[in-house]
Amino acid sequence: MATTDYRVIGTRPIRHDGTDKVTGRAKYGGDTAASDLLYAKILRSPHAHAKILSIDTSKAAAHPGVRGVITGKDLPELGAGTIEVGETPSVNAMQMSTNVMARDKALYKGHAIAAVVATSVHIAEEALAEIEVQYEVLPHVMDVRESMADGAPTILEQQTTTSLGKDTGKKSNIATHTVFEIGDTSKGFADADLVFEREFTTSPTHQGYIEPQSAMVLWNTDDDITIWTSNQGPFGVRTNTALLLDVPLSSVKVIPMEIGGGFGGKIPVYLEPLAALLSKQSGHPVKMTLTRTEVLEATGPTPGSYMKAKIGVKNDGTIVAGEAYLAFAAGAFPGSAVGAGAMCMFTPYEIENIHIDAYDVLVNKPKVSAYRAPGAPQGAYAVESLIDEICASLNMDPVEFRMKNAAKQGTRQVTGVPLGNVGNVEMLEAVKNSDHYNAPLGGPNRGRGVASGFWFNAGMQSSATLQVNPDGTVGQVTGSVDIGGTRAATAMQAAEVLGLDAHDVKPVVADTNSIGYTAVTGGSRTAFATGWATYEAANDIVRQMKERAAKLWETDASDVEFDEGKFTRASNPEQEFTFKALAGRLMETGGPVVGKAEVTPPGVGAGFGHHIVDVEVDPETGKTDVVRYTAFQDVGKAIHPSYVEGQIQGGAVQGIGWALNEEYYYNDSGVMANSSFLDYRMPTSLDLPMIDTVLVEVPNPGHPYGARGVGEVPLVPGLAAISNAVNNAIGTRLSQLPMKPGNILEALGEIEG
Amino acid sequence: MATVYIPPTMRDTADGNDKVVLQAGTVGQLITELDRVYPGMADRICQDGRIRSEIAVAVDGEITDIGMLATVQESSEVHFLPAIEGGSGL
Repeated sequence: MATTDYRVIGTRPIRHDGTDKVTGRAKYGGDTAASDLLYAKILRSPHAHAKILSIDTSKAAAHPGVRGVITGKDLPELGAGTIEVGETPSVNAMQMSTNVMARDKALYKGHAIAAVVATSVHIAEEALAEIEVQYEVLPHVMDVRESMADGAPTILEQQTTTSLGKDTGKKSNIATHTVFEIGDTSKGFADADLVFEREFTTSPTHQGYIEPQSAMVLWNTDDDITIWTSNQGPFGVRTNTALLLDVPLSSVKVIPMEIGGGFGGKIPVYLEPLAALLSKQSGHPVKMTLTRTEVLEATGPTPGSYMKAKIGVKNDGTIVAGEAYLAFAAGAFPGSAVGAGAMCMFTPYEIENIHIDAYDVLVNKPKVSAYRAPGAPQGAYAVESLIDEICASLNMDPVEFRMKNAAKQGTRQVTGVPLGNVGNVEMLEAVKNSDHYNAPLGGPNRGRGVASGFWFNAGMQSSATLQVNPDGTVGQVTGSVDIGGTRAATAMQAAEVLGLDAHDVKPVVADTNSIGYTAVTGGSRTAFATGWATYEAANDIVRQMKERAAKLWETDASDVEFDEGKFTRASNPEQEFTFKALAGRLMETGGPVVGKAEVTPPGVGAGFGHHIVDVEVDPETGKTDVVRYTAFQDVGKAIHPSYVEGQIQGGAVQGIGWALNEEYYYNDSGVMANSSFLDYRMPTSLDLPMIDTVLVEVPNPGHPYGARGVGEVPLVPGLAAISNAVNNAIGTRLSQLPMKPGNILEALGEIEG
Repeated sequence: MATVYIPPTMRDTADGNDKVVLQAGTVGQLITELDRVYPGMADRICQDGRIRSEIAVAVDGEITDIGMLATVQESSEVHFLPAIEGGSGL
């Protein structure tokens, strides 16, 4: 457990952006404005799969107030295959472009077909209705298993199945097939006393961020493009917009706005290239904001899945083999995170023999995007449900069972890669000794479930600059969009180094011309990696300030020590400067001091979580209420415990929605029938108990303050924990999410499906 | 000598072997050596002289962000595995 004493790390200062956010002054994507602003709207496919025979935009273009119209033909053709883009992994640019706006086919209901810019949103919407599109409706396929079958409708004509750098050449809706294997599962299952196997399905669910995508773009007369957008990665927006428009990277500047939730869903570009083209056509800045229906129908949900899991155990509870078959629905383009799901699902356990087949499958649904630990919640749902079944069969305590099989440092994951320093065992100890785990259920129709989860977390690249102000405060510039209090978490790390209070560091999130490359705020990386950058930049300041003190004392910098905000002359300890005092003398000692750092930090600490859930199921209505919820997580060292707790609570709540209510409900035409927040049922505060959190601090030795990423793990265990609780309450296991009332009544035999 | 673990779906290019011991100072050198022992492996792992975007490299338990330039020690374990999808790729 973490024992180091810090001045700032581990405290709970009010976030630097708190006042602006609670008073409504913070500027989000929708708050952008310009004096000559125009507004754009998108025409979307009414069909799940259709050939586009013709698009006639002439009437729309002539509509009074319309200033421009574009279709897919206005976007550059970029060639097939992947393109190396320098800052980010190579991407299939043509597929990305085709997702932004359809070319010859509409691949899902809601796929963008054309866009109009006008003097008002209403005029743009009127003009959309005047665009005439001739479609030839094609058969659609929505289910992964049907899409994998021979004879399924072809979604992308050139799609073949690849497997880690090898193209099978076989045309298929199966984009990738990846095999993971350690040990010998045939031997492992032969050694098992008992073997458990079950199939599971999950529905697509949406990240459900409150703020829809919104961007304003100006394509200026000098061909410089400025983008104001609420996206998790301004540098990614710069790269991808330049790529899709085939313009120089340097011509695009992205100004990040505050972001009203992202959860992985605000990493792709959807609007920016289109608004840019319309700005070029019209000569005006153009604003484009999606409706909730557009968000649900056309921005990335998480993949629906079909999974089979199989586990072999000895009678004493030792797991000897695991096997899984995962088919994840990527949407209309590849990239479902099925590999990540495969790589996480068995990781909480030390298992010698594992085999997983993972399939990334195209269907006529919107292209999925990341959603907190992408792929991992689905995989954990399968494995953790099966383990619950095993524990019941062996009459073993589920936490004891998990402790007996717990992965620890050195345990080989299914990839063969050994785990580093992790706190899985310490976390399970905390679960076992918790009040919740040892408390009675407290009523009829109640059940308790537990489950574990794992996520890798990420490092990637971050930059930071810090400048010393004459009053002893420090200005901080990073490129990390603030999600969950990352301004505070990164500023606190600089403050700790400099011996300052958290509020003496003034954090700013800069545009892409004003800070070095910084990867997306995602992957649970920002407090870790951008925090590394502010830590290093602060140390750069300390180094420079020592030189300034040395000048004033006419000594060498090596004679100057720095501790707890005070510079002291080692050879004469009576000579000292506080940080503030020395900051006031910078101009006479050589001018401003600016510290900077660019990092690609190693030492990423993986994370484990474990959730305990109590539910009460109404046997008459099938409605499930979550009555008590405790989330445990190995957080390394919590930089700002309140924001770590907030991340955990948010993840747990999203898991509750995913487990109990949220789903994409499609009709027979492949049209989402619940594309509003009235019908897409996310949990509200009225549905929820207090989510209790327990921060288990096993410091990550790869970070100066022991931090691990914390933002994604808390979504991983919840689906299974809630499912196990429902099973415990009703005595019947559902193997399909969501466990909405109708499904529960069907499982109870009260109604027929 | 570093130990390279070959993932199941690449073993058809490695005579069915699941690991091989090679001398190399960097991941780039290791891939060159791997290709010498098992011709075709470099094409499986690399495209246009870089690690393919769908593949990640772990050296001594840690995914490296510097690809071919990552240092490999005498006793290192090197794993090739699928890169995490679902992020910025599309």
